[in-house]
Amino acid sequence: MGDWEKADQMKNRRTNLETVPPDTDRPDSDKPEAAHPMGRPSTPHKEARLGREVQARIGQQLRAMYDEVVNQGVPPHIADLIRRLSDQD
Amino acid sequence: MKLDPAIRDQVLATVPSLRAFAISLCGNIDRADDLVQETLLRALSHIDSFEPGTNMPAWLFTILRNLFRSEYRKRRREVEDAEGRYAETLKSHPEQTGRVEFEEFRTALAKLPQDQREALILVGASGFSYEDAASICGCAVGTIKSRVNRARTRLADLLAIDSVDDFGPDRATRAVLAGGGRS
Repeated sequence: MGDWEKADQMKNRRTNLETVPPDTDRPDSDKPEAAHPMGRPSTPHKEARLGREVQARIGQQLRAMYDEVVNQGVPPHIADLIRRLSDQD
Repeated sequence: MKLDPAIRDQVLATVPSLRAFAISLCGNIDRADDLVQETLLRALSHIDSFEPGTNMPAWLFTILRNLFRSEYRKRRREVEDAEGRYAETLKSHPEQTGRVEFEEFRTALAKLPQDQREALILVGASGFSYEDAASICGCAVGTIKSRVNRARTRLADLLAIDSVDDFGPDRATRAVLAGGGRS
């Protein structure tokens, strides 16, 4: 990669799906089996929790899928193309 | 006139994310790379129209999306096919999530309308602001917000069966549930 390392800086981008209000009542966990901290039965909250958990997973998996490509960096033929185009008159 | 190295570096830095977005549009890595190359040719031959200091990623994404819309999307059948095959275009095994779950996610994502998937990816994966995403897609900020919300709701619906799985039923039971819900 050498001097093309700056391609990595896109990895540090932020994401905007995290604007969902944080759930301050319980620890940050994606695990549905995690016990409710107050010891209350989970059933009445199940639907709301499912929604949040699914949304958290959507964001997580979306980024995982996208980053799979981002982490490949700049393919050599594209780096060559840019080098060629940027050196010509 | 040679390209300013700083501008060139900005272009290079955008390429990985640009490719990821292109793959999400094309559903095919080879065509996505063609689209990225076309985008770069177009962008660098019109580099004078890029205002230094403004958002390079947004500029390149806009060009790529316009190229995709004007040339690639005309081939409606191919695109539909690509959307159907989108789930198969990437091979990934993220540590935190199960492989089956991940496959199901990609299948669900492939079922979204193009506009919604595009908005969701720009905001949720590429990391653009709603304003930048709106500018890239040539629509109002409210439209982007609405598309993202609809995309998330639809995905949540499609993935809701998975959550049932989390609470107990095995895959066979889930298949019955899924089948029952559909008939």
